[in-house]
Amino acid sequence: MSDDDVLLSVRGLEVHFPIRSGILIERQIGSVKAVDGVDLDIPRGATVGLVGESGCGKSTLGRAILRLVEPTAGTVTFDGTDLHNLAGEDLRRMRRQLQMVFQDPMASLNPRQNVQSVLSEPLRAHGIGGDHAARVRELLDVVGLPASAANRYPHEFSGGQRQRIGIARAIALEPQLIVADEPVSALDVSIQAQVVNLLEELQDRLGLTYLVIAHDLAVVRHIADVVAVMYLGGLVEQAPSDDLYATPLHPYTKALMSAVPIPDPEVEDTRQRILLQGDLPSPADPPAGCRFHTRCPFRQPTRCADERPALRTVPGHPEAHTVACHWAEEIEAGRIRPDAAAVVAPNPQHASDPAA
Amino acid sequence: MTSTEPLLDVRDLSVTFTRKGGPTVRAVDGVSFTVRPGETVSLVGESGSGKSVTSLAVMGLLPRRGVQVGGQVLFDGDDLLTLPRDRLRDIRGRDIAMVFQDPMSSLNPVVPIGVQVTEVLERHQDLHGEKARAAAADLLARVGIPDPTRRLKEYPHQLSGGMRQRALIAMALACQPRLLIADEPTTALDVTIQAQIIELLKELVQDTGAALVLITHDLGIVAGLCDTVHVMYSGRVVESAGRRELFARPRHPYTGGLLGSVPRLDAPRGAPLHPIPGSPTDVLRWDRGCAFAPRCQNRVDACTEGPPPLESYAGRSLRCLNPLTESEEVSA
Ligand SMILES: Nc1ncnc2c1ncn2[C@@H]1O[C@H](COP(=O)(O)OP(=O)(O)OP(=O)(O)O)[C@@H](O)[C@H]1O
Ligand SMILES: Nc1ncnc2c1ncn2[C@@H]1O[C@H](COP(=O)(O)OP(=O)(O)O)[C@@H](O)[C@H]1O
Ligand code: SF4
Ligand code: SF4
Ligand SMILES: [Mg+2]
Ligand SMILES: [Mg+2]
Repeated sequence: MSDDDVLLSVRGLEVHFPIRSGILIERQIGSVKAVDGVDLDIPRGATVGLVGESGCGKSTLGRAILRLVEPTAGTVTFDGTDLHNLAGEDLRRMRRQLQMVFQDPMASLNPRQNVQSVLSEPLRAHGIGGDHAARVRELLDVVGLPASAANRYPHEFSGGQRQRIGIARAIALEPQLIVADEPVSALDVSIQAQVVNLLEELQDRLGLTYLVIAHDLAVVRHIADVVAVMYLGGLVEQAPSDDLYATPLHPYTKALMSAVPIPDPEVEDTRQRILLQGDLPSPADPPAGCRFHTRCPFRQPTRCADERPALRTVPGHPEAHTVACHWAEEIEAGRIRPDAAAVVAPNPQHASDPAA
Repeated sequence: MTSTEPLLDVRDLSVTFTRKGGPTVRAVDGVSFTVRPGETVSLVGESGSGKSVTSLAVMGLLPRRGVQVGGQVLFDGDDLLTLPRDRLRDIRGRDIAMVFQDPMSSLNPVVPIGVQVTEVLERHQDLHGEKARAAAADLLARVGIPDPTRRLKEYPHQLSGGMRQRALIAMALACQPRLLIADEPTTALDVTIQAQIIELLKELVQDTGAALVLITHDLGIVAGLCDTVHVMYSGRVVESAGRRELFARPRHPYTGGLLGSVPRLDAPRGAPLHPIPGSPTDVLRWDRGCAFAPRCQNRVDACTEGPPPLESYAGRSLRCLNPLTESEEVSA
């Protein structure tokens, strides 16, 4: 991919939060490695989906990209400019290009501010002149809210409508990139689809680039062109959406996908599941070697516990499909099989009972 | 797989909240369903549809003040709504267990997990001392909690959300209940942990023949786990059917709308989503017509002239005056 096609590029990004102890004299006794060495390219005009379990570092990565949290190491390059070198007015101007949509629209809106004020605030903050009232009406129209919404307050709206307001605020400054952190997970099913459709429509209309962070793989499957899978601070697999869902190569991706329920009894009754044991280990004390080895049903006696695998390509798969597993080829070929205890066969009771 | 006598028979359940100076809210409005031993029955619907209030009413856990409960909740023939408090408490402890979305709310924060699990074992299985402790460790291991002997000494806040939920299920298993009511038991959890918990629930039903009432908004979970599904909207059941019939041929426009709204992991990329317009808060009062009418694309004049009745035919119940036909289901 030429540099021109990449809008945002992340290299070696680390965000470590200090763990302190002591009451009078604080001492740092360790650190939470929330993001620990991430490389990621976001192509211009594309939607990149970032998936992974809660606590794996998705939000922190998104926030570090927007410099809402300072990275401990690494670079974030936006449209050819290293964001770390920016300060003052330059940083502020760059910030216009990068906006965020949050999971809980209520928590991100000031309850005492009416919608007119919420939506014109970014315009004021960036010294944009002109008719703010007209611009607010236009924004409301774009996100599918009536002009009368301008005089109302956040609590007067439903969750889905509040998320529309959050999206209107994010696009007010005509940004190039929007980081949407769990934009639909707080919404009811019927409303999720409305907001997903709105995000897609806005992308077509305004030429937006998205980084969509979500724990729901089906939503990401629907919306993303490229998907990155995160585990304990690092990316374990990255691929064009179709490749990832058709042939997941990393054991964690396989387990994650097999765990997503599909609203179709025929499919559910005939699926094989890979169950993971236990929980995500603590990012303050991540396992050595492959971070996933403590839960991996494909774990091997060599390499897994002492050598951290890097993202790499695998013969027979597109260049853009990368995976961080020592044994990806052997697993794909079926020469390494998962631990039998981790495999759940199709539901025997239902499958054999056509009347059920 | 299931015997014919229902273990739980909920008849025409209604719950009304009255607040001084506030409006009266009818949260549950004439809900009926049955659950047989070994059967998994699910209540699905969006937030505010009355699922949780239904389960709390069944368990007798609603506050007494400001709440009117009508109808019958027959458990093994006894009406739980009129049973004396002490008998109700007996049944609740011995025969019916409940698992909530937020396990913290059902665990005592200042008592170690081990003590809480052994208490249940002492009460229900008459195990004591070292025997009870060993059985507790066994149970934690069974629900997939690693290093159970150490975990027994820990307090609820020291466990992750998934582990707390498993500890709660361990306690439910300890009572060997005949009926388990699980209200969004996995909603707060990651999919990998959710898959573990769902497997546990399946095992519980298969191994002990317990009946399970599962409350969820996730149609995927319903598709894999339940025998019978009741779709709720605004306090009423709008469609009930066996899970295969319901997913293959949704007849109620709301059921069809829900299925059209959820993205599927196995759908081709770009497959369009068909959201339901409006929001679950745009409802009509049932006494004036169909509550779903403001959002319904199948609405006809009669829908806003009075409440549509719940009609039963061919193993399905449906509350709709102009249901989806075969061809509409495909586009839904
Ligand atoms: N300000 C902070 N101080 C200390 N630790 C933090 C801080 N912010 C995040 N963490 C830790 O960093 C890790 C990653 O957090 P993050 O919020 O990015 O996870 P996530 O993938 O977004 O999870 P979720 O889906 O639950 O939001 C977690 O272990 C979290 O507890
Ligand atoms: N204590 C209460 N007082 C007044 N209204 C309540 C109370 N609890 C629930 N409700 C109302 O009852 C309806 C159904 O709630 P609930 O059963 O919790 O929905 P859900 O399907 O999300 O579980 C909602 O309209 C809710 O606002
Ligand atoms: S490197 Fe080893 S432990 Fe890590 S994912 Fe691959 S097989 Fe599993
Ligand atoms: S009764 Fe009428 S409004 Fe209600 S769901 Fe059926 S068609 Fe729609
Ligand atoms: Mg997050
Ligand atoms: Mg609820």
